[in-house]
Amino acid sequence: MHELDEITREFLVESNEGLDQLDRDLVALEQRPKDQELLARIFRCVHTIKGTCGFLGLKKLESVSHVGENLLSLLRDGVRDLTPERTSALLQLVDALRQMLGSIESTGAEGEVDYTALIARLTALQEDQAASSAPDEAGSPKNMGDHLVERGLVTQDDVREAAERQLSGDPRHIGEILVEQAQVPPQVIAEVLETQAAEGSRAASSVADSTIRVDVGLLDRLMNLVGELVLARNQILQHLTTSADHTLGATSQRLNLITTELQEGVMKTRMQPIGNVWSKFPRVVRDLASSCGKQIRLEMEGKETELDKTIIEAIKDPLTHIVRNSADHGIEAPDVRLARGKPAEGRIFMRAFHEGGQVNIEISDDGGGIDPAVIKQKAVQKGLLTTEQAGRLNDREAFNLIFAPGFSTAAKVTNVSGRGVGMDVVKTNIEKIGGTVDVNSVTGQGTTLRIRIPLTLAIIPGLIVTSHGDRYAIPQVSLLELVRLEGEEIGRSIELIYGAPVYRLRGNLLPLVVLNHALGCTAERWDVAGREAVNVVVLQADGTQFGLVVDEINDTEEIVVKPLAKQLKGIAAFAGATIMGDGKVALILDVGGLAQQSGVLQSEHDRARTEATAGTASDDGDRRTLLLFRAGQDRRLAVPLSEIARLEEFPVASTELAGTRRVVQYRGEIMPLVRLDEILDGVTRHNEIEDPIQVVVYAHRGQSIGLMVDQITDIVEQQIVVDRRSNGRAVAGSAVVQDRVTDLLDIEAVVGLAGLNHVDSRVPAGAGAEG
Amino acid sequence: MATQQFCTFYVNDLYFGVDVLQVQEVIRSLQVTRVPLAPPAVNGLINLRGQIVTAIDLRTRLSLAPRPEGVEPMNVVVRSDDGAISLLVDEIGDVIEASDESYEPTPETLPPSAKILINGVYKLPSRLLLVLDTARATALEPASAK
Repeated sequence: MHELDEITREFLVESNEGLDQLDRDLVALEQRPKDQELLARIFRCVHTIKGTCGFLGLKKLESVSHVGENLLSLLRDGVRDLTPERTSALLQLVDALRQMLGSIESTGAEGEVDYTALIARLTALQEDQAASSAPDEAGSPKNMGDHLVERGLVTQDDVREAAERQLSGDPRHIGEILVEQAQVPPQVIAEVLETQAAEGSRAASSVADSTIRVDVGLLDRLMNLVGELVLARNQILQHLTTSADHTLGATSQRLNLITTELQEGVMKTRMQPIGNVWSKFPRVVRDLASSCGKQIRLEMEGKETELDKTIIEAIKDPLTHIVRNSADHGIEAPDVRLARGKPAEGRIFMRAFHEGGQVNIEISDDGGGIDPAVIKQKAVQKGLLTTEQAGRLNDREAFNLIFAPGFSTAAKVTNVSGRGVGMDVVKTNIEKIGGTVDVNSVTGQGTTLRIRIPLTLAIIPGLIVTSHGDRYAIPQVSLLELVRLEGEEIGRSIELIYGAPVYRLRGNLLPLVVLNHALGCTAERWDVAGREAVNVVVLQADGTQFGLVVDEINDTEEIVVKPLAKQLKGIAAFAGATIMGDGKVALILDVGGLAQQSGVLQSEHDRARTEATAGTASDDGDRRTLLLFRAGQDRRLAVPLSEIARLEEFPVASTELAGTRRVVQYRGEIMPLVRLDEILDGVTRHNEIEDPIQVVVYAHRGQSIGLMVDQITDIVEQQIVVDRRSNGRAVAGSAVVQDRVTDLLDIEAVVGLAGLNHVDSRVPAGAGAEG
Repeated sequence: MATQQFCTFYVNDLYFGVDVLQVQEVIRSLQVTRVPLAPPAVNGLINLRGQIVTAIDLRTRLSLAPRPEGVEPMNVVVRSDDGAISLLVDEIGDVIEASDESYEPTPETLPPSAKILINGVYKLPSRLLLVLDTARATALEPASAK
């Protein structure tokens, strides 16, 4: 590794900061070409770099920055106007400077790249007026001369004289000349140089004076140490519960508070505004827009939103990719936009904000949007999906196909994007840091990508649970609520479908995952029988809710996430490990992985598909679980089991009449009962209602509706081919089930026909609607 | 005459050695946290002064009989690219010096599953020392996510 001396390193750090600012300023300048303050800042920055590299003997760097400075001084003095060519050339200058600085950093030399073309271009853009506008140091705002005059050490005349000497070929700095000429002490010059440097950075942030630079490695070490301290603190607090020593207790409480504060403090030192990453996007968008011939305006909101440094690093590339995608594929060419009745200038809007302990980043454009049909077609073409699978996807699922590996919809591959390796990498990278990404789009109106990421990775609050005698930590961000069921409540609210337990959480079916099973700790079949209490941790993963059944729910604790060794990386159920208060290791559950592994996500997809196709059962043969029942004496009917909430039996005597409608009290609600034989055509009606009544409970917009059927016959899972030709009322089609023709009931239609579309069970007003 | 130093230990009466420079430390048995779904050779995770270390049971790894009840394993903590890893062994032997002259490649007749984990054999006066390939011994098939 090449050793750089202190001054050079300082110069590199400072110059790189300056260049980042330059990028931003130049693009901003294009919008406001007359902004004197911006121009002055840009000039000052290039000037400083030129000055310092002259001092350090970096000739090439100096010569390139020199011509840039000349051009800038013309712009600043209003002799020349800023044209797009000039902006481009200046941006190239920034790139060239950056390249050389990079080379100095890695090799210590300026590198072999030839910049004469750039120099020629920059010179040409001065339009041969360079001679009359040699760098006029005395004129630049707050330069060395001004400072010294202000301090009363030299007079304006001294400065002018020095400047003239410089113009007439004195290679030295104005400060050096003044030292010699006016006996200014060199220390003063050094002081002024410092002030100038501070001024430069003050432009970017007004608190620059009170900040220092700290090595990131040191911060990382501090963070690790704080992590250890948190663990030690947890151990002491745990120990305290068994100790009666008051002094120790008080001290420990104090230790506890200090540790928490220290943890917050160190965490804060690692926080950086997201603007640090965003700052390069104006340039990215500008370059892209000009190379694609588009007009794009980039707007940002919430630049100051802070994130842990490691996360900032991790989202840099994904964000860049998304922004590029928006500019390249999202925003249309100006003529297309005008034809669509939109302003010629496209808009990309980036927004960051905190919400619920997470950071949300949204990138939206007002471009062409994503056409779900095109996405599906493309996915089929690429062999990612079969036609029938594609047919069953809803729009949201179709949009998310863009994250599938090997997917790219760009009609043509540009040098920017469209190679089909992008969005899946974006998704994996974001998921790697515990984030999620979601896409939404309206064809013709634009696309919005929403990223949600945790604030920090190192120390997170976790819920500690016990399963099979071992403790596990669940990251609190995934936690929605805790449910404890006791006594007979268990049997009533947890039901088994083919051995798979489900729980009714406020009217919605929540699939349950038994942690002991998911982790393979026991092969025993889980059953509700004989249990005194069941603890359900309601979790959210990938927008899907599920309940995790654990043996015990212990406590919440700050946990320090430590990665697992590579031997254990492949286990999807674990995100890492942590050390508990008693010094034992506990595994951290990966909620997403657990859901995936237990098939919760899969089944949710299936359900979403079923919902999407409800009523218009797909024509393709697909496997479905159907509930078979009879209405009247001879009508065989079926509904997808997934649409049914529950099967019940009521004695006739328990039903009551509300208006003309038969209702039954059910779970504290009044559930209207619908006689299927009255609704459907061609059903032989019974005069007498059989006792007890068999009821299929259907949840309609959160309300229960009971369908009275004559007999529940079976539950089958089989491939069905729906024939749409039969056209009875409330029949979605027919299929051969168990070798017999069976009508598929369209429950929504039944609800409609029964006049229950706006049912509110608390006020059985709908009762009159049909009567 | 070139010699090499080995940290030695016993696993089911077999005498193994690991290059002494690879060994970070040797400690008594620690409380182990089971890792469900992990490869069988993974005994669990231990807390080594705040560092979480994976413990691999050499008996399982070397396809030997399980450790009898009541025998507390010892941890031989070795360094690897992926951080420290603990090898669970029955008993710790001395650090010995073996001369290159007494080295011979692993006999071909060993069961293949064990043979690939053994780099060679040193013929010591009293008994044979098997050189454990720690890189291979700690490289497990990634646990399959069921």
